[in-house]
Amino acid sequence: MLELDQVSLSRGEDPWIHPTTLVLERGALNILLGPTRAGKTSLMRLMAGLEVPTSGRLRMDGVDVTGRSVRKRNVAMVYQAFVNYPRQTVFENIASPLKVRGEGRAAIEEQVRRIAGLLRLDPYLYRKPLELSGGQQQRVALARALVKRAELVLLDEPLANLDYKLREEMREELPRLLTDSGSVVVYATSDPAEALLLGGPTAVLHEGRVAQFGPANDVYRRPQNLLAASAFSDPPPNVLHDLPLAPVCAVRAHHLRPDRTHPSDLAFEATVTASDISGSETFVHIDLPGCAGVMLRRGVHVYEPGATLEVFVSPHDVLCFDANGEALAPAEAVRG
Amino acid sequence: MATIAFQGLRHSYATGAAPQASFALSHVPIAFEDGGRFALLGSSGCGKTTLLNIISGLLRPSEGRVLFDGADVTDRPTEARNIAQVFQFPVVYEGLTVAENLAFPLRNRGVGREDARRRVAEILDMTGLAHMADRRARSLAPDEKQLVSLGRGLVRADVAAILFDEPLTVIDPQQKWRLRSRLKALHAQTGRTMIYVTHDQTEALTFADRVMVMHDGEVVQAGSPSDLFDSPEHTFVGYFIGSPGMNVLPVDVDGRNARIGGQSFELDGDPPGDLSGRLEIGVRPEHVQVGTTGLAIEVQRVEDLGRVRIVRARLEGHDLAAVLHEGEPLPADPRVTFAHGRAHLYRDSRRVALVGAGR
Amino acid sequence: MKPTNQKAWLLVLPVLGLVALSAVIPLMTVVNYSVQDTFGNNQFFWAGTAWYEQVLHSERFWSALARSLSFSAIILAIEIPLGVFIALNMPRKGVGVVVTLVLIALPLLIPWNVVGTIWQVFGRVDIGLLGATLNAAGVDYNYVQDPIDAWATLILMDVWHWTSLVALLAYAGLVSIPDAYYQAARIDGASQWSVFRYIQLPRLGRVLTIAVLLRFMDSFMIYTEPFVVTGGGPGNSTTFLSIDLVQMAVGQFDLGPAAAWSIIYFLIILTLSWIFYAVMTRDESK
Repeated sequence: MLELDQVSLSRGEDPWIHPTTLVLERGALNILLGPTRAGKTSLMRLMAGLEVPTSGRLRMDGVDVTGRSVRKRNVAMVYQAFVNYPRQTVFENIASPLKVRGEGRAAIEEQVRRIAGLLRLDPYLYRKPLELSGGQQQRVALARALVKRAELVLLDEPLANLDYKLREEMREELPRLLTDSGSVVVYATSDPAEALLLGGPTAVLHEGRVAQFGPANDVYRRPQNLLAASAFSDPPPNVLHDLPLAPVCAVRAHHLRPDRTHPSDLAFEATVTASDISGSETFVHIDLPGCAGVMLRRGVHVYEPGATLEVFVSPHDVLCFDANGEALAPAEAVRG
Repeated sequence: MATIAFQGLRHSYATGAAPQASFALSHVPIAFEDGGRFALLGSSGCGKTTLLNIISGLLRPSEGRVLFDGADVTDRPTEARNIAQVFQFPVVYEGLTVAENLAFPLRNRGVGREDARRRVAEILDMTGLAHMADRRARSLAPDEKQLVSLGRGLVRADVAAILFDEPLTVIDPQQKWRLRSRLKALHAQTGRTMIYVTHDQTEALTFADRVMVMHDGEVVQAGSPSDLFDSPEHTFVGYFIGSPGMNVLPVDVDGRNARIGGQSFELDGDPPGDLSGRLEIGVRPEHVQVGTTGLAIEVQRVEDLGRVRIVRARLEGHDLAAVLHEGEPLPADPRVTFAHGRAHLYRDSRRVALVGAGR
Repeated sequence: MKPTNQKAWLLVLPVLGLVALSAVIPLMTVVNYSVQDTFGNNQFFWAGTAWYEQVLHSERFWSALARSLSFSAIILAIEIPLGVFIALNMPRKGVGVVVTLVLIALPLLIPWNVVGTIWQVFGRVDIGLLGATLNAAGVDYNYVQDPIDAWATLILMDVWHWTSLVALLAYAGLVSIPDAYYQAARIDGASQWSVFRYIQLPRLGRVLTIAVLLRFMDSFMIYTEPFVVTGGGPGNSTTFLSIDLVQMAVGQFDLGPAAAWSIIYFLIILTLSWIFYAVMTRDESK
C-alpha cells in the first residue's frame, strides 16, 4: 500500500502538484487520468522517489520513504517510448534486473521464461528489440518491469505510441498481468476509455490537483465537479450555460442525438463545422448556441460543413453543476 | 491535372527474377480520377508507400506501367511528372523565407518574376501563411512547415496530383484537427487531386471521399468511408476499419440455412450458387443484437467504454464482440441475432453476398 | 514539465577545479610576468603597461601578426571549400564508405612534428621527391631561399594535413540530411547547385562553424610544423606570432615582453573566434 499524505511539489513560486492525499492499494490497477500536462508524470516521479516532495509524506506499507532515492527503493517504470537495451536480446533485456540483483542462472532462466510466456514473447527471446513490432517492444519493456517484482510499478501512458489495433489487444491483457503481480501498480493515461476499460480506482487530475478519486465507473457516471467530467470525457463535453436545469450543464458528445427519442428531450439548433470519422464513430463538430460542440454518432455518417440540424438530449443525460463547477443533484431533482 | 492509372503494376524490392511471394505490390486495380480526394490506408509494410513512390517516380516499378491521363510516364523522372509531395517530416528550405520557399519550384522552372510573385501571394493567402511570409522557414512550428511544404505543391499550376505521406506524424494532437480541416478546405478551393497515405483510419476516413485499403501489397477495397464500414469487400477491411473490428465466423451454408457449429439460423437473402471454398459470415459488433432469441452465446466479459459497452463472448467456440448502447440491458441467458441486412457472406476472405441474417 | 535539480551543479565542480588548475593559474602567472620586470634573483619590479606598449609599438609584432592572419586566411579559404567538396563526393553507402573514411582520416593520425619532417624532406631540392621533381621539370623551387616557395610549402602541408578534418565534419553533417529533402528537391525541380545552396549548405552551417573555428585557432597558433620545415625563414618570411614568441621568451629571455605578447595573442584569438562564432550563428537566433 502506497500512501501520499498531503504531498506537494513546487518549482520556485509555481505549484506543480497541489497537496495531494491518495491511498493506493496492492492488487488493484490504480489509474491516474488527465490530459497532457495535468501532472500525471510529476505525480509518478514523486511516487518513485525521482522527485522530493516540497511538503508532505510518502509511506510504503506504513514505512516513511519520503526523500528516499529511487535507487534504494524497489521501483519499476514503463514509459510511453519503448525503452529497451538495443544491443541485447529480448531474453537479456528481461533478465537484466535479475542479473543486477545477482540471482542465479537457473532462477533467472525460470523467471524470464515464465514472464515471457505470460506476455507471449516466447518466440522472440533471442531477437533484438528493434527487430520487433512496437507492441512487442513495449511488451519487452513491460516484462522487464514485471520480472523485477518491484513493490511499485509505474506505467506512464505505455500504450500511447502503439497503433490502435495493438492498443485494443494490449488493453485486454494488461489488467490480468498487472493485478496478479502483487505490486502497487499505477497507470497513467489521458484516454478516458482506457481508464474505464482497465476499471481500477481512478484519480482524475487537472492542473496538478486531484479533481476526484474513486472507482473508474463511479467517477465517470457521477463526476463531482466539472473538471472531473471534462477530463473523463473524450471528446470534452459540451458545456452549456443557459439551460433551465442548472447554471452550468455538461452534455457528453454521445448524448447528443440527431432525433427526438422522448417528448421531454431538450432541442438545440446547430450548424455543422466539420466531421471526423474514426471507423466506428463519427464526430460531428457543431456550433451550438453559445459554444462550439461535438456530437458523436456510432457508425459512419456523412455531414457536410455548413449544414444545419436540430440536436436533442435527454434531461437525464445532462450533468448539472453550480456556477463554481460543483456537481448538483441529478436533473430530475432540479426540475421537481 | 490528370487521372492516374496503372497497367499490370507489380513491384518487388528483390533483384532478379522474383518469386510471387516477394512482391511488395502486386494488385492495384484502381485509378485516381482527376480532382478527387483519396486515401491509401493500411498498416506498415502493406505497400502503400511503395505505391506512392511509384506514382511520384522516386521508384521505378519492376513490372507494369504508370499512366497519367493515358500517357505512359513510367520512364519519366520525378521532376518531369508534375507531382508534388508532402513528407512525413516537414521538408522546408530552412535558409529561405516562407515566400521564397513557395517561389522555389517556380524559380527552378523559369517562371517569370512577376508571375511568380502573383502566384506566391495567392498561395500565401490560401494557406493562411501571409502574415509570416518573410519569416525564415526554420523558425516555423511543424504544422506551419507542413503548410509551406503543401504550398510548394499548390503554387505550381501544372501539378497533376499532390501526395501526402503520413503528413500529421509530427503534428501536435491539438493541431492535427486544424491542419486536416485546412487540407480539406484547400482541396475544395483548388480542386487538385490529393492522395493521402496513412495507417490511421481516422485520418483516412476523415480526409478522403475515396479510401483504398491496402493489405499485403494489394488494394483489397476502394470505396467511400461508409462503403468500407457498411460493406467490407474483404475480411481484412472489416477487421481494420472499426473498433472493435468486424466479427468473422466460419459458417456452413445450405440454401438459406446457415450453421455455425451446432447452431443454425436462416439467411435473409439467397447465397450465390458457388459455395466452394472457405465460407465465413461477417457482422460488425454494432449489428449484433443481444437479446433473448437467436444464437446462444457465452459471455466472457463486458468492457465498459462509457458511451457503449462491448460484450466479449464466445459463439460455438469463436470470438464474438457485440456493442451494447448505454442503458441497454444484458439478459441473464443472452442470445444474439444479426441485424437485418447487415451480415455479409465471405468466400476465401472476399465478400460474395449480403445475406442479412435472422434467427 | 521538466523539473530542474540544482544538485547537478555539484557534478560540474570537479571540472571547474581542473580548468582552474590547468588554465587559469598558468594564465595568471603570465599576467603577473607581463606587468613586472625582473633582473634575475627573483627580484620583480612593477612595470605597469610598459611591456604592452612596447609590444604594440614594435614593427616586429605587427608584421608577425600580419603573417599569421594571412596564413590563417589562406588556409581557411582553401581547406573549407575543398573539405566540403571532398565530403560531397564521398560515397554514402556500401563498402566504399569505410575505405574512404580510413584514407581520409590517415593524415590526421600523424604527429605534428612528423608532418613537419615529412614535408621538410619532401620539399628538399636535393633529395625530396617534390623539390627534386619540380626542379627537374624546370620549375625554380627552393623553400629555403624563396619566401613564396616557403609559404607555398607550408600551405600545401597544412592543406594536406588538415583538410581531412573539414571533410570528415562536413561528411557527418551531410549524412544527417534525411532522404526526404533530396526527394523534395527533385519534385521541386531543383538543380544540383540549388540542392547544395538551399539544402546541403544550410544543413552544414553548424558543423562548418565548428570547422572554421577549429581550423582558425589551430592555424593561427601553428608552431611545430613551420619550425621544423622553415624555422621561420627564409629571413622572417614565415615567422608567425608563435615562432616569434618562442624566440623572444626562450631565445632572448625577454620574459616581460613575451608575457605581454602572449596575453595580446590570447586576446586576439579569443576576439576573432568570438566574432567568427557570432557571425556564423547569427542567422539561427533569428
